Amino acid sequence: MNLLDPQGPVAAADKTILIDSVAIMLAIVVPTIIAILAFAYWFRQSNPRAQYRPDFAYSGRLEMVVWAIPTLTIILLGGVAWIGSHQLDPAAQVPGTGSPVRIQAVSMDWKWLFIYPDQRIATVNSLTVPVGAPLQIELTSASVWNVFFVPQLGSMIYTMNGMVTHLNLRADNEGTIQGLSAHFSGDGFPDMMFDVHVVSPLEFPNWVANTAKSSQVLNADSIKKLMQQNIEPGKPTFRLEDPRLFEDIVSQRIAPQAGPKLTTNAAQSYLGAQDAR
Amino acid sequence: MLGKLDWSAIPIHEPIPLVAAGAVLVIVLAVLIWAGAKGYFPYIWHEWITSVDHKRIGVMYVLLAMVMLLRGGIDAIMMRTQLAIAYHSPGIFPPEHYDQIFSAHGTIMIFFVGMPFVIGLMNLVVPLQLGVRDVAFPTLNSVGFWLTATGALLINISLVIGEFARTGWLAFPPLSELSYSPGVGVDYYAWSLEISGVGTLVAGINLVTTVLKLRTRGMTYLRMPMFCWTTLASNLLIIAAFPILTATLAMLLLDRYLGFHFFTNEGGGNSMMFMNLIWAWGHPEVYILALPAFGIFSEVVPTFSGKPLFGYRSMVLATMAICVISFMVWLHHFFTMGAGPDVNAVFGIASMIIAVPTGVKIYNWLFTMYGGRVRFETPMMWAVGFMVTFIIGGLTGVLVAVPPADFLLHNSLFLVAHFHNVIIGAVLFGAFAGYTYWFPKAFGFRLHDGWGKASFWFTFVGFYVTFIPLYAAGMLGMTRRMQHYDVAEWRPWMIAAGVGTILMTIGVICQILQLAVSIRQREELRDTTGDPWDARSLEWATASPPPVFNFAVMPNVAGEDAYWLIKEKAKRDTLETREPDYRDIEMPRNSPTGFVCAFFASVTGFSLIWHIWWLVGLGLAGAFATFVVFAWRDHDEYVIPAQEVARIDRVNIAERRAAMNMAETPA
Amino acid sequence: MTDTTLQYAAHGHGDPHHLRGLQDSSLGHEGPAPKRIVTAYGFWIFLLSDIVMFSCFFAAYGVLLRQTAGGPSGSELFDLKSVAAETAFLLISSFTCGLASIAADVRSARWYQVAMAVTGVLGLCFLALEAREFADLVSRGAGPTRSAFLSAFFTLVGCHGLHVSAGILWLLTMMAQVAAKGFREDVCRRLLCFALFWHALDIIWVGIFSMVYLLGSAV
Repeated sequence: MNLLDPQGPVAAADKTILIDSVAIMLAIVVPTIIAILAFAYWFRQSNPRAQYRPDFAYSGRLEMVVWAIPTLTIILLGGVAWIGSHQLDPAAQVPGTGSPVRIQAVSMDWKWLFIYPDQRIATVNSLTVPVGAPLQIELTSASVWNVFFVPQLGSMIYTMNGMVTHLNLRADNEGTIQGLSAHFSGDGFPDMMFDVHVVSPLEFPNWVANTAKSSQVLNADSIKKLMQQNIEPGKPTFRLEDPRLFEDIVSQRIAPQAGPKLTTNAAQSYLGAQDAR
Repeated sequence: MLGKLDWSAIPIHEPIPLVAAGAVLVIVLAVLIWAGAKGYFPYIWHEWITSVDHKRIGVMYVLLAMVMLLRGGIDAIMMRTQLAIAYHSPGIFPPEHYDQIFSAHGTIMIFFVGMPFVIGLMNLVVPLQLGVRDVAFPTLNSVGFWLTATGALLINISLVIGEFARTGWLAFPPLSELSYSPGVGVDYYAWSLEISGVGTLVAGINLVTTVLKLRTRGMTYLRMPMFCWTTLASNLLIIAAFPILTATLAMLLLDRYLGFHFFTNEGGGNSMMFMNLIWAWGHPEVYILALPAFGIFSEVVPTFSGKPLFGYRSMVLATMAICVISFMVWLHHFFTMGAGPDVNAVFGIASMIIAVPTGVKIYNWLFTMYGGRVRFETPMMWAVGFMVTFIIGGLTGVLVAVPPADFLLHNSLFLVAHFHNVIIGAVLFGAFAGYTYWFPKAFGFRLHDGWGKASFWFTFVGFYVTFIPLYAAGMLGMTRRMQHYDVAEWRPWMIAAGVGTILMTIGVICQILQLAVSIRQREELRDTTGDPWDARSLEWATASPPPVFNFAVMPNVAGEDAYWLIKEKAKRDTLETREPDYRDIEMPRNSPTGFVCAFFASVTGFSLIWHIWWLVGLGLAGAFATFVVFAWRDHDEYVIPAQEVARIDRVNIAERRAAMNMAETPA
Repeated sequence: MTDTTLQYAAHGHGDPHHLRGLQDSSLGHEGPAPKRIVTAYGFWIFLLSDIVMFSCFFAAYGVLLRQTAGGPSGSELFDLKSVAAETAFLLISSFTCGLASIAADVRSARWYQVAMAVTGVLGLCFLALEAREFADLVSRGAGPTRSAFLSAFFTLVGCHGLHVSAGILWLLTMMAQVAAKGFREDVCRRLLCFALFWHALDIIWVGIFSMVYLLGSAV
């Protein structure tokens, strides 16, 4: 999950900005730290060679330099921020080869549901995508806030009930990488890790076809079982019967997921003994 | 009859909080019994609990902060231990407990360690530096302290009765709404902060009025010590920002108690609005903490360099610029909410702009050392450590102010390391520097320097050993608030951070030992002159500790670094033998108003949490009655006759003269 | 103290940063302000902080104005005649509060008590109308739990009403204080603060009837 090992263009661009910004700032910070330690050491009381200048409390020229250094640095970084924010806006389309894959991600307590509306399938805690294709992800939440984050593919984005956020990514290398939720959402939050399988453009339709043969069907009724507060140990797959499922969650026609039932002891876990792995 | 409260609220089935609570109870009882046996209760009641003296109240604030530092620190130890162990393992703490620990850690450290520490130091020092006898509203000052203590009390009660919030220290909805947090935890959190928020606001009003309206003769704004400028800026921020916290938590409480729909998923509620409101408070809050720390270093560095502060005017400008700009950057806490590139970029650039005056300050401290005679006593060690550490923290801050970088680092351990970098580097180091620097003024003897330096080195090194691994883990994709994890790459960093925590803990233990040793050796460490550091501002012109009226005659200030001028003049003109014109001094009477009001506030808060409505009514009525009783008193001041003032002052002058004579060696 | 302090005795000239021009040395600074000014100043600052809190509720109202969750909106609910009456009560009560301040200035206890009593009664009339409005809305199923818009409405207007209620408690206390202690210096300081508070509530009400009722009726 190394940020410094990007597997897609968005992550690569994010990483470039990260490293460049650090380098620009280190150019100022390192000499400053050296100066702090050097002045503190040289002007120590026990050093007879240091010149004592008790009147040196103001210098116009020094003031100009002292204000200019951070200002110039910030102007440079501000430019990076402006350009980078626009080029790497999560809602901006990412070019790629092959037709775009639309994914509708729903964060639940405590699992990820990924709906492929065009392929009429859905998966839980596992994402399979073709390499090089643009991934157009729409996101929402069935309950509380979460954040969809695949570190090696790039930018993260919030998921919120009743609202849709947009994220565009692309995976450039085949293999399996990890994703997680990056916003605390309750007791089962650490278990919201998911796999991202990046497969070849030939392998992808095979996977879709196999998944569509799943015995489990996802519709407004069966989704209620997923929308209970628990951790999903397996990675079930579904045939998608209702292509409007995502819109129904967003519009709250499917009501937001319920929270825990309170037991008599206000601090007792409603997960029961679910904390062993 | 007792609302939701019943015996199941006590965590009998959970050994860790039960043992912790038991230990605290034993310690508290032991201290009370010891104090009672030694007959200290009347003294503590008359001289401390009912005191309206800013010096006493300042000391109590700092004491509260240091006690809560232990609780928050133990939370941190538990967190780092859990993360060192919980790889492919449930660890020691189940999720419902761990979630409370990290929520309590953040809440306690910000509200009940950081805030009381800086407010306490400001309370202790500012009236002395301004050359006046007390803050603008002494009794209100006491009320503010005790309301803060009420908030701390409620949080500690949540350990034993009920639970604490499991939402993180800012309780974002919808997770913090009743449907997803049905227990009393979020209620403990919210009422505790509402009550202590009133206390903080009161302190803000007090200190702003003091700085703007109560300065001694001749002390124009540009002759004030830098610490007073940062006090002004920080408390202006308190006045402007804390009402936002009050309003936002009130809206959350209305949702939870009365079924309102401010932030709920249903009914049209808008949880994004909570984000905006809470961070509109939250960002100024960190500058409320940092600005007084900058002020402390602006006192320490000149004193221990033997030179005036470099660039005083630009320091003032930088301070007020930080004050204003801190209200314009709040969105950088949620770049990943999807506001769009224009909005994100504007707030990112604004966040970087605030780094400019901050950088200017660092350079001004740097050039204060230049040409100086630097003495490396403990406060100066903290100062140099701060300069280095804070720059690094600032670098990572400007980094995450670039939206595309934040898209990778938001909510990760990199972010956690960043904000600990700046808060520990500035606020904690500043608090310890200020504590060591002004301890002799408050108590009349210095702290043992050797133990102080030991504490510094363990804390400084321990900080880096703890948090550099967290930067690394963040770069490896690890996010915050995880109770367990399965990613092998993260594990070594978690273990390293655990080792660092041990070092920092030793640092804190050294602080405790320093205090114990210093009290034991107080006669050798005694400060008879009132000016143990050869310092520059007016608080050092008083005895250590100062008499209740601070100055027998309020000084007439002729320039910046007022006390330095007095010393120079005294040396040039040989010590004046003409006595000042002593007059009667009126001082405010002590009052139990603050303590009693806080008692009723505690009752009200607790009964609101547990839905004991009749007790809420009683508590509110009691608080109102307290104020009416206070308003009815006929004698709110007492007079110290001129002869008594003269007697006290003569003793101080004689001691100071004797010490100066001893120090003057023939050339 | 170190003996280096002796060596630069000549350097202390009080203006190391060449601030002579900026230091107002000609104006000088006379010392701490008198108690009456300090008290009023501090209370003004408190009022400013209270206005910041109200502005959060105003902001929430603005954000949630259209979130009626399928329920009634402002134009369907607000009775502008009642609002006009409430406004009249509050504005007149500010006037009578001003009369009370004048009575206190000329030390007339009788007129002070009369003016304060009238102020209190007018305040209670305001609260009665507001309570009736709230009860009416709740009975029509338009209570604060119906939608986010209504939550924001009830909170903003209700917070103002709570402040008025607290103000009336304070008013009664001040009437009792004057009766018991006369126009002592500290009582007069508190009268000044009370008057500031009561007038500030009026200003906030102007904001409320403009933003909430007039603008809200247009949605």
